[in-house]
Formats: sequence, structure tokens, C-alpha cells
Amino acid sequence: MEHQVVHREAIGAEPLQPATIIARNVNVFYGAKQALFNVDVDVPRNAITAFIGPSGCGKSTFLRCLNRMNDTIPICKVTGKIMLDGQDIYDPDLDVVELRARVGMVFQKPNPFPKSIYENIAYGPRIHGLTRTKKELDELVEQCLEKAGLLKEVHDRMHEPGTGLSGGQQQRLCIARAIATRPDVILMDEPCSALDPIATAKVEELMDELKENYTIIIVTHSMQQAARVSQRTAFFHLGKLVEVGDTRQIFTNPRDKRTQDYITGRFG
Amino acid sequence: MTVDAPIADGHPLPRLNDPARLRTRYAAEARFRIYGVAALSIAIAFLFGLFASIISNGWSAFLQTKAHVPVYLDPAEIDPDGKRDVSRFGLADYTKLARDALSKAIGLPEKQDKATKRDLKGLLSRAIDVQIRDLVVADPSLIGQTITVPLLAHGDVDSLLKGAIDRSIPEERRQLNDRQLQWIDKLTADGVLKKDFNAGLFAYGASSQPESSGLAVALIGSLFMMLTVALLAVPIGVATAAYLEEFAPKNFWTDLIEVNINNLAAVPSIVFGLLGLAVFINFAGLPRSASLIGGLVLTLMTLPTIIIATRAAIRAVPPSIREAALGVGASKMQTLFHHTLPLAFPGIMTGTIIGLVQALGETAPLLMIGMVAFVVDIPSSVMEPATALPVQIYMWATSAERGFVERTAGATIVLLGFLFVMNAAAVYLRRRFERKW
Amino acid sequence: MSYSTILAGVAILAVIAFVGGLVRARGHAAGPVKMHSQLGYYGWYAAVLAALPAAILITVWAASEPAVLSRLVARELPATVDTLNAAQHSLAMGQIQSISEGLPKLGAADLAIIKKARLGFTPVEEAQRVLKEHGIVLGSPPPPYVINAAADLTENRAISRYLLAAIAGLLAIGGLFYGVRSIRPRLRARNAVEKVMLGGLAAASTVAILTTVGIVFSVLFETIHFFQGVSPSNFFFGTVWDPRFSAAGSADTIGQFGLLPLLWGTLFISFVALAVAVPIGLMSAIYMSEYASQGVRDVAKPALEILAGIPTIVYGFFALITFGPLLRDVGAMVGLEIAATSVLTAGIVMGVMIIPFVSSLSDDIISAVPQSLREGSYGLGATQSETIKRVVIPAALPGIVGAILLAASRAIGETMIVVLAAGIAANLTLNPFEPVTTITVKIVSQLTGDLEFDSPQTLVAFALGLTLFVITLALNVYALYIVRTYREEYE
Repeated sequence: MEHQVVHREAIGAEPLQPATIIARNVNVFYGAKQALFNVDVDVPRNAITAFIGPSGCGKSTFLRCLNRMNDTIPICKVTGKIMLDGQDIYDPDLDVVELRARVGMVFQKPNPFPKSIYENIAYGPRIHGLTRTKKELDELVEQCLEKAGLLKEVHDRMHEPGTGLSGGQQQRLCIARAIATRPDVILMDEPCSALDPIATAKVEELMDELKENYTIIIVTHSMQQAARVSQRTAFFHLGKLVEVGDTRQIFTNPRDKRTQDYITGRFG
Repeated sequence: MTVDAPIADGHPLPRLNDPARLRTRYAAEARFRIYGVAALSIAIAFLFGLFASIISNGWSAFLQTKAHVPVYLDPAEIDPDGKRDVSRFGLADYTKLARDALSKAIGLPEKQDKATKRDLKGLLSRAIDVQIRDLVVADPSLIGQTITVPLLAHGDVDSLLKGAIDRSIPEERRQLNDRQLQWIDKLTADGVLKKDFNAGLFAYGASSQPESSGLAVALIGSLFMMLTVALLAVPIGVATAAYLEEFAPKNFWTDLIEVNINNLAAVPSIVFGLLGLAVFINFAGLPRSASLIGGLVLTLMTLPTIIIATRAAIRAVPPSIREAALGVGASKMQTLFHHTLPLAFPGIMTGTIIGLVQALGETAPLLMIGMVAFVVDIPSSVMEPATALPVQIYMWATSAERGFVERTAGATIVLLGFLFVMNAAAVYLRRRFERKW
Repeated sequence: MSYSTILAGVAILAVIAFVGGLVRARGHAAGPVKMHSQLGYYGWYAAVLAALPAAILITVWAASEPAVLSRLVARELPATVDTLNAAQHSLAMGQIQSISEGLPKLGAADLAIIKKARLGFTPVEEAQRVLKEHGIVLGSPPPPYVINAAADLTENRAISRYLLAAIAGLLAIGGLFYGVRSIRPRLRARNAVEKVMLGGLAAASTVAILTTVGIVFSVLFETIHFFQGVSPSNFFFGTVWDPRFSAAGSADTIGQFGLLPLLWGTLFISFVALAVAVPIGLMSAIYMSEYASQGVRDVAKPALEILAGIPTIVYGFFALITFGPLLRDVGAMVGLEIAATSVLTAGIVMGVMIIPFVSSLSDDIISAVPQSLREGSYGLGATQSETIKRVVIPAALPGIVGAILLAASRAIGETMIVVLAAGIAANLTLNPFEPVTTITVKIVSQLTGDLEFDSPQTLVAFALGLTLFVITLALNVYALYIVRTYREEYE
């Protein structure tokens, strides 16, 4: 308990202007087990924020709170406040379906639906009724593939199964699928952990381009990746947010001893 | 790579938070859930309907109307020459004695016309002739005495007392005439006619009269068949499963066995009946209707079930146990018999019971091998003709009399009762010996 | 001498061998050289050597004896027998068989009567009477040559058994001595015994193959027999099912065996059954795997399993006494004429029967769809039903199709429900309120009468059975193939 009081607020967790997501006092419980302790963090708009930390530190759990994916786990309970553009996302009046359309997600393992490439991307716009005509939908699909840098590679096999692509292509397809619902925020849960270095480079390049229009949060266990792509980094340890700040500052001049130990590779 | 502005913001497409569209989507969600609940409810409602129908039709089969009248075993009729010759007893008219007793109980005059006699006789089962004769043959000293035995009433009387005959339909179309109704009412009021537990349902064999037909032959036949299946299918099934799991090399031949077992499990049961008819009866010349053949056919039919269950049970024994045994120098065969099979035993038992349950309820193949037989005498060996519980249900179900409908449902209750007990045993075994590795 | 006596003799020798082997092994165990196996295995080693060759000999002998003996008898029969027609011939052979089985039961006095009858000193009716007293009932007085042949047969059989007893006995005794004598400490008795056990296990696993071979050959054999009398085109393309003997003088004396009305009835009822079972079973499976709370699942799953455990005869009886009349009355209320036994009655009840087949397999298959696909869909803001309808079901579709095909094969092969609830009149109709009949119903009705076995009326059941077997086999193989490929995809 003493720990909890001392690190009530992580170093550098002061409010940020302007912020897309503001989280205050977030606790997460899996049944009787507490997974996150009093997390306070602000996420800046149109930038990439990286969550780093050793495995089991709660970074993915926190990420899944941001679009309420934890709702699908019956024993999971979330307390505290998370605001998206001034709106509390745990407000009972807020619609989770709509929230998830605004906060897209890309998963650790590429999970294209066992359908054609075209259908994978058209799925979101269809269920949300974003297009009125077939032509509009076709255009949207092409735009999304273009943005994901995939259009040239798959142009002539749009109607072949998405599961037939390579791992890196599949993950970019999932990113294209996520942006097709025109989200404000994209959550990426270790998006490159299943990919080879070349594919990883392509996805990172894509993220860099996307940050012009989207707020991106990436969970990664690769510090190099966090340093390469993000502007802001938050370090989690044992369910607590230890330190958050400008990426360059975190990696060059960490203020917390544990952050320093982690980035210098003393544990992890 | 350029980023297209339209997707990011300011886009001609409709905005996301269109409340009308969201409402439609949630309505679809609710409808889908309702379909699910409805589907499940229909299935379960059917289950209840089926049980309700069987039980409401069948519970009364466990009661049977009998007439408790004192019958005078008249020596003049049974043993006129006083020689106590047993072969002579068979010639006596016991129905007349019973009829007289009944007439006395009603209070009719001794002199009766033919019609009265016929009506009186119509109240009693035809089986009472044999019923009384058997008593006399067993104990000739009863001759000359007055004994009170519960005499089986006629099936129509039984149906009337169970409310299955409508008194309001005109006399000429009714099974019982007005005079008979009067007598029955009097006898019932006097406590002479009453419904007792129907022990005959379990003691009698086949009969053309519903009141004197029972399940004895079917029960014994089913028992013999289950024994045959247990004695043959279990060793063969377990041996097959052990071979395939622990010893069989992976080659064309074992693949063939494997595919074959899966397919046999799905072959229509009636085809097994054709096999039994062609091989066991026509080729091997075994007697038709014998429970041995039924047992053999059911053995072949249940083998896949037992093999599949046993393989699953063997596979559930962790490899570490086998490695431990092999590590201390046991041979593969010793490992199998000392460790794997004993540990898989509860699973094998459960699979066996499930196989037996399947065999006990199976009807179609038994029809093919002549088990739709009218068997009066209880079989004493597996070579004698017998029927089986489900086959008896089939035979009664195709008889028209109301009394048989009741008995069919009663037999169904008995069958379901056995199946319930066996399933409960399987569930108990599974729970009792379930092992978490 | 009966087989059981011979077998018992061999068993006794095997026990002696076991004890002898054990004793000898014990003697060696006291010596300086360590025994290779546990002592018990030496006993078994000797017992197996004593019993196994003899047992194999007895089995082969028993399988071939009837054929050899009847060949011998046939050679002795007078030439007149060759002129008999097939039915008379088989009657005579049957009489020979049953008399020869009865002869050993007769006492000396009765045997003398038979002997006289055989030589013509006593009327054959006398022989018939004597045999009847011993439980051998003959339809007609046997001709003397039949009694002759039967006596020969009895004699030959006795010789055959003595021969067998002698050879088997020698084999067993030889095995016994060889086995016991060969016991030395270095003898790998366990390996040898285990080899025999392994052989036993492997032999057991061939029973399943033999069953299939038995089904195929017995049914195929009788079917070919059937097609010798009835043309395949009559069977496969005929639209009329009327297997009775036609009136005398008519040209067509074998009746009509059109498969099509039966096949149609089978498919029609199966279609109705699937129309009931697929929506209900599939929706139940979806609800149970995706929506229901643990409590609901704990009740609903066993309930559906009970539905699967009820014998089909019970469903049939329910259709006959409750559901059929109910449907007829409901139909009458809304002005429809529904026969009590109809496509609809049988189809709906059969549909309920196969609900659990659809639901439990679909449940497994839906549960096997990876959670990541569901999350991918939720992450895009799809509702649960949208996720199920557009992601889960399409992903599970091949497996579900496999489940439905398996259920269809169940429905096609189902017998008792249709026997009691579908009707017996072959009827090419599109009206679901009318009775039709099915392949299985006709197999039952052709084989449960008092027809002679060799008539086309009986043999047609085997042709129907073969048709049924081929249809269901094809469905099963295809369905299992689909389900297996589907499983591999997600493993």
C-alpha cells in the first residue's frame, strides 16, 4: 500500500494541452486480482504515444480500456475516468459500438476475417452504414488500401482471401480495416510482434504517415520501436504507470530509477 | 505516399453517430437474441411435450383392474373322477367357475340365459382360465376349496375404470353394454373390482389380449442382448482402441481402420440388421429371433462408440505416466495393462455404458432378424426366441386396442427408466473418478 | 464329439502347460543364472504354445467342415436329386441337415426304426413320427435317400470330429512338451507372450474392417441376386412401387420395384426434418456458445443431450399417438387436410430428433472460431449479432455444413420414426400433408413378412439397403472430410 501512496501520480503525469484522451485514477480488476493501479495519463492529439514496460505490467490492459474491449471479458471491472475529447467513455449513456468505431484497434496477431481483402475493409463501413452506394464503398476501400500502402500490392487480387497475404501485409490490411471506419484514435497492441524486420519497417513507416490525421497509441515491448516511432512514451511497471514524458527525454534522461533500469536493460 | 484528406475529416459521407441507424442496429441485435431464446425454448418444449405425452398415456399401465371374488374350485368340474390326474385338469372349464363366482358377487340368479353368461364372461380376461388352472396344477389340494384370487378383468373393463371408454356413446357402438356397465358399477362400489399394481406387466409374455400381455420376454431378451454386447463389444473395443492408440504403426492399413470406424459409427442401424440377416441367419444358420443374434448385431453396432470413447480415455492419460513406466523398464504391453488401462478405466466404463444405452434403445436392426415375434414363453438361453424392450414397444404401438396404447406408453416409461438409470450411472462415474492431470 | 468338448480338452492341456512351465521356471530361478522374464510369463509361454495352434486348427476346421461334409453327401445322392428344382433341392438338403442333427439324440430302439425305414422295411412315416418325438419336425415324410444321406452325414461328422480331436490333441500335447522343455533362463518368454498379445489386439482391430466388409459383401451379394430377377432399370428408374405378384396370366409376374417414389419420400421427409432442425439447432448452438450465461448453459446443454439419447422408437410412438393426431386437428381447425401419418408429422418429429446433432457439433465448431476474429470485429464497432452473422458464422460455415450433412445422413437412415409416422404407401407427391413411404420403411416391411428368402420381394430389401448404405456413406465421408479440413485450418 505504501508504494501506491508514494507513486500516486507518475512522474511527468501533469495535464497536457491539447489532449485527446485523459485518463484519471484508472483501476482494473480481473475478479479479485487488481491489474492496474491508479493510472493517470494524457494522450496528445495527432501524435504517437508508446506504452512500454515488461510483460505483465498492464500496458495492454490499459490499452484495452480505451475502447472498452475489456467489456468482452465478464470478470473484468474498470473504475476511474477516461475522457475522449471531453466525453467520459465509461458513461452508461455512451454507446460502446460507436466508441469502438471512433477508437479503432489493431491487434498483436494479424486477424483478418476469413473473407476477401475487399470484404475485410468494407466490413466496418457496411455495418456502420458509412457509404450509400457501391461506388462510394469501392472508393473508400481503395483509399484505405492506398493509405495503408497496400493498394499496389493487392490491386489485382482484391477479391482473394485476406488470409492469403503475408504476415506484414495482413497487419497492414488490419490497419486499413481500422481506418475504414474513420476513427479518431487507433490503438495498436504490439502490432509488429509477429512480423519480420522488413514488414515491421513498413508498418512503422505507415504509422508515421498516419499520425498526421490520427491519434495513435502503440503498446510495444521493443524499446527501439518506441524510440523510433513515438513522440511520447509512458512506462508501466507492475500495474502502475511509473513515468510518462517526451520520448527523447524518457530514453535519454529518465527521472525514475526503474525507468532507467528498464531502458538500460537491467530487467524486462 | 499521400494522405487523402477526405477520410481524415470533412467528408461528404454521413456522420457516424446517426441515432436512427444505431437504433435499427440494436433492434436487430435484440431480435437475434430472441431467435436464439426461441430456438432453445422450442427444443426444450418438445422434450417436455414428449415426456408429458408418454407419462400421461402410460402411468396407468402400472395399474391393472382385477376382480377379487371367492372362486369355488368345484371338484365336479375339475376332477370329476377324483383321480387327481393332472392331465385331466387341463380340460376343465375354469372360466365357468370364475363366471359363477362373479355372478354370485353381483347377486344374479343361478339360472342364466346365454346372453347373461356371455356378458358375464365379457367382464373377465380370457387369461383367467390359465391363471386358475396353473394354481390347481401347482397345488391339487385346493380342489374343493374356495379361494380368493385377484382375477384379471377384461381389457375393456380396465379401460372403462381408467376413464378411457366414453359411457355416453350409444350402446351398440360401445365395447361394453348397459347391463355390463351396471354390474361394473356395483362391483366397483362393493370393492370387488379394483385397480392393483400391475405385476403382470413384468411377468407375462406376449398375448393377444392387452390385459394379459407383459414385458417379461422383452426384458429377459434385452438382458441377454446387453450381456452379449458387454461380453463381446467391451473386450474387442478396448483391444482395438489400445492397439490403435499405443501400438499401431501409422500406415495405410491403420488409416483404413480409422476411417472405417468413423464411418461405421454413422452407418444407419438398419443396415446392421441386413448384415445380421445375411451373415448370422442365412450364412451361419443361427436360429431366427434368438437373442444371441440380436446381441451380435448390437455388438457390431456399438463397437465404434466404445472404440471411440476408449481411445479418448486412453489419450487423456498423460504421456508422462507412460514415460515413467517405460523409464523403470516396463515393456509397452506392461505399461498398457499396469498403468494406462487402469487409469483410463472410468472413461472406458462411461463409454461402455453409453454404448449399452445406444444398444438398449435400438429397434430397427432387431426387426430384420425376426425379433418381431409373438413369444409367450420366457426364454432360458440366448439361443431361444425372444423379443427386446424397444421391439415390444413397436409391436404394441402397431396394435389397435386402447389397452395396448396404454401398455406401449407404460413400456416406454420402463425403457426410459432403464436408460435414465444407465445414464445417471455414467454421469456418476464421470464425476466420481474424474481426474485432473 | 462336440466342439465344446474338444475346446475344453485343449483348455485343460493349456492349464497343464501353464503349471508345467511355471514349475520348470521356478526350478531354473533357484539356479545361478538370472531369469530373463518374470516367472508367470514362462507359464503363459507354455500355455500359448499348447493352446494357440490347436485353437487355430479348430477354428479353421469348424469353418470348413459343413461345406466339406455337404459336398461328400451330395456325391452320394441318387441322380434323381439333380432333376429337382431349386426349391425342392433346398428342401431335401434341409431335411438331411435336420435329421442328421437329430440322429445322435435317438435311443437304440428308435435308431432301429430309422434303420428299417432307411432300408424300406418300415414306412417312412414311422421314421417321421420317431423323429418328431425327439423334437425334429419335418414338413413331409422324408424319402429313403434323405434318411440314407442323413445317416451318412451323421457318420461322417462323427469321423470328422474324432479326427479333429486327435489332431488338435496331438498339436496341443506337442506344444505343451516343446514349450515346457524349451524353458531356460535365457528364454525371452515375456517378449514371446507379448508378441501373441499384440497379435490379439491387432486381430481385434480388424473386427471393424470385417464388419464393413461383411456389410458390403452380404448386401452386395443379395443385391446381385436380386438383379438377376429384376432389371436394374426397373429398380433405379421405376416410378411405381408395387412388389406384389401380379395377377395370373399377366405378362409381368415379378411386380414393379421402382426406387424413385421411396427415394423421393426419404428425401422429402429428410428435407422437412432439416428445415426444422437446422434453424433451431443452429440458433440454439449460437445462443448457447455466444450469449447464454453459464447457468442457462448448464440446463440447456443436458436437455439437448437428453433429446439425443431418447430411442427413436419413442419418437415414433410419440408421433403416432400424440403429434400426428395433434397436427391433424390443428390442420382441421385452419381448414387443412393433414393425414395423421404424413410427411409433415414424420419430418417434424425427426427434425426434433436431429436437433442435438446439429446443435452440439455446431456448438463445437462455433467455439473453435478464434477469439481474435471476434475481437477484430468488436474493435471496429460491430455489435455482437453483427459479429456473429458476418464474421463467426461465415468463418464456421464449412464446419456447420459438415454438421448439417451428418444430420442429413442420420435423417435418411432413420427407421423407426418413419415406420410409425410416415405411412406405407409409396407416393410421388409434393404435398407435405399426405403420407409417403421411405427406403427404410420398405426394407422393414419387405423383411418382416412370411416371404420366402429367395424371392425378389425379399431380396429387394438388400438392394434398398445397399442404396441407403451408399448414400449415407457418401454423405458421411464428405461431411467428415469437410469438418476435418475445417479443424485443421484453426489448429
